[in-house]
Amino acid sequence: MAQEDNLIEQIVKRYDGDTGMLIPMMQDLQSECGYLPIEHLRYLGGRLKVPISRLYAVATFYSSFRLAPKGAHEVTLCMGTVCFLKGAPSISEAVCREFRVEPGGTTRDRLFTFQAVNCVGACAVAPVMIVDGKYYDGVTPASALEVLHGLAADKAAAEKEGEI
Amino acid sequence: MTVLGLRQLNSLADLERIRAELLSRRDPSTKSVHVCTGPGCAAKGSPKLYELFCEAAKQAGSEVQVQAKAVGCHGLCECGPIVLVQPGNIFYQRVEEPDVAEIFRETVLGGRVVKRLLYENPATGEKAETADKIPFYKLQKRIALAYNGLIDPTKITDYIAQGGYRGLGKVLSSMTSEEVISEVELAGLRGRGGGGFPTARKWRSCREADGSPKYVICNGDEGDPGAFMDRAIMEGNPHSIIEGMLIGAYAIGSEQGYIYVRNEYPLSVERLKEAIEQAKELGLLGENILGSSFFFDIRINRGGGAFVCGESTALMASLEGRPGEPRAKYVHTVESGFRGRPSNLNNVETWANVPHIINGGGQWFAGIGTEKSKGTKVFSLVGNVVNTGLVEVPMGITLRRMIDEIGGGIQDGKRFKAVQTGGPSGGCIPTEHLDTRVDFDELTKLGSMMGSGGMIVMDEDTCMVKVAKYFTNFLQKESCGKCTPCREGLSQMLYILDRITDGEGQVGDIERLEDLSEILEGTALCALGKTAANPVISTIRYFRDEYDAHILDRRCPAKECRGLFRYEIDPEACKACGICLKNCPADAITGEKKVPHVIDQKKCTLCGTCWEKCPFTAVLKV
Repeated sequence: MAQEDNLIEQIVKRYDGDTGMLIPMMQDLQSECGYLPIEHLRYLGGRLKVPISRLYAVATFYSSFRLAPKGAHEVTLCMGTVCFLKGAPSISEAVCREFRVEPGGTTRDRLFTFQAVNCVGACAVAPVMIVDGKYYDGVTPASALEVLHGLAADKAAAEKEGEI
Repeated sequence: MTVLGLRQLNSLADLERIRAELLSRRDPSTKSVHVCTGPGCAAKGSPKLYELFCEAAKQAGSEVQVQAKAVGCHGLCECGPIVLVQPGNIFYQRVEEPDVAEIFRETVLGGRVVKRLLYENPATGEKAETADKIPFYKLQKRIALAYNGLIDPTKITDYIAQGGYRGLGKVLSSMTSEEVISEVELAGLRGRGGGGFPTARKWRSCREADGSPKYVICNGDEGDPGAFMDRAIMEGNPHSIIEGMLIGAYAIGSEQGYIYVRNEYPLSVERLKEAIEQAKELGLLGENILGSSFFFDIRINRGGGAFVCGESTALMASLEGRPGEPRAKYVHTVESGFRGRPSNLNNVETWANVPHIINGGGQWFAGIGTEKSKGTKVFSLVGNVVNTGLVEVPMGITLRRMIDEIGGGIQDGKRFKAVQTGGPSGGCIPTEHLDTRVDFDELTKLGSMMGSGGMIVMDEDTCMVKVAKYFTNFLQKESCGKCTPCREGLSQMLYILDRITDGEGQVGDIERLEDLSEILEGTALCALGKTAANPVISTIRYFRDEYDAHILDRRCPAKECRGLFRYEIDPEACKACGICLKNCPADAITGEKKVPHVIDQKKCTLCGTCWEKCPFTAVLKV
């Protein structure tokens, strides 16, 4: 627990304990932990004298916050107007079906977290999918699955290497 | 000396001296390669190209001076990745990794043009060596994007060499705050974020408002899907925004600024952070700016991924660390906004225009555009158009010229159906209004709006009911839920639209949608709610027959809504190859060698696999 307290103390200090900076603090916490662990939120709330209900309101209002751990990889599919018109829904359907995941959810083996977002601002090369920060343009259901199966294959290979 | 090799600038004369020095340091024999790393080109692998050019420049040794630059969006994203070679402004498109060596050897070292990488005009077959010979660029006029593609956004020296921060210098050394506001007023600048409110009037109200401190805010929460204008400016020329905010802050009397950037734009945050650091090092932000008594600082806040935060009061709530819920605006934010203090919010593109207005003069700016909409506007021209990308045009150009001449017409020889402007608050404009001039007031008259600049072109295969449903679904999900008309009204509208596209529409549904729209427009709390029905209303207005076909005939004229059309195999075109038969997951296709195949409509689940797989386009939607 002491380590967690230390992390939060650092974050709070970074923003001079200004409660107006609650969102950046929570963003920093999430980038450290990958998500917002509830004990951390409790501690942060206590430290700032802000009720946990308000932290929860902020965490659930903004779609970028998550209260559960994410997968090893981050997969973002753009659902902006142009991507939508050029077939993003069928890509989403294909990914969800193949990996049994819901938009916003993580695969059971924690391989990746799948996010469908409003627009990533690369409309000229739609449809767009982002995997761990790398952009893929002109994606089709087949090419999306290929990329994601590649992640699974890499993981399997890494595990095998670990055994040897 | 700082890491930039420059000292703090203590006056306008200092700035000019540095600029002259930077220009004189430029060796005219230096060749430079500008690699576009805007979102479109980056998605197509341009960062790797940049690395390869840097490597090649290093290996070229000291005999030739070669410099590789990663620059912001050039605009013609469709043809990316784009690489420009100086001198000569040679414009290469669709550059791939193996091309790097050839460009370096032939053009950079040899001064010869690699013809096969030039843009070819599809109509004439003519090759264009430079951007100005490409039809896409001919009608454009670049102000906000003027230095995009020319400067390295990570180097303040590049911006200063182009004349950057001169506007700030002029303001601090020779203008009163009222003179600055009058200049912007003379320019007729209106807010580029969508509302089109006169910028000078906003600044003056904020300056005259009681209370301190006063805040200056830049809205970089570009939430409209299908738009990336602000992203291109933040990532391609961040200093133009900082300079604009500095000038605004001086005019208003503010000492603290905030830039609120969308969570989906991590690179924008990085570019702005670097830019702010560099400006601080040179004394262009902080205390005693350019030796004056003016003090100003900027903080960056990242959004949390909520569309509603693009609304000014919601954005300010978010800056205060609360959920981004808008409030009624009977008290304007210029009087009581962020932390209850006078706050002036403008969007990225508005701020980026300000230095140009100060440098070129309000009169010059007002000479561009239409009577009530001055200057230029940046649009993201996307969708089913040949040349997708980022364009900046003088206000008043017609939609037709934008789509046909700049956009190069509709992809795949299809027919135009509609153009959607204004994002989720805008509407769809049909063929008969293509000669409308693009300005704030004309687009509003058509039931759409200028919005922040998304321009999505749709071809004949687009179902307009589905488009209306897309936006309604988007807004219903993004509604903050504070006021009932928006929270409940959009859910009901979506319910009805779902029913219509599922083939279960009822007579009277169009009227029900119109009633709900009227309630939203009249009673929703914020501008997003008030305009949320625009996509539905504009499609009913111009494409009522499509709604009727869905409801009365159970038919989708664009053949997009599943269940409202059938798949059939054209016996004339079918080559009996068996691909559809093998791939059909429902075993609904029968046929044998040399016998045209047939779909059993009773078994068909309308999944569309046969339509996607047929190599002879023999599967038809009817």
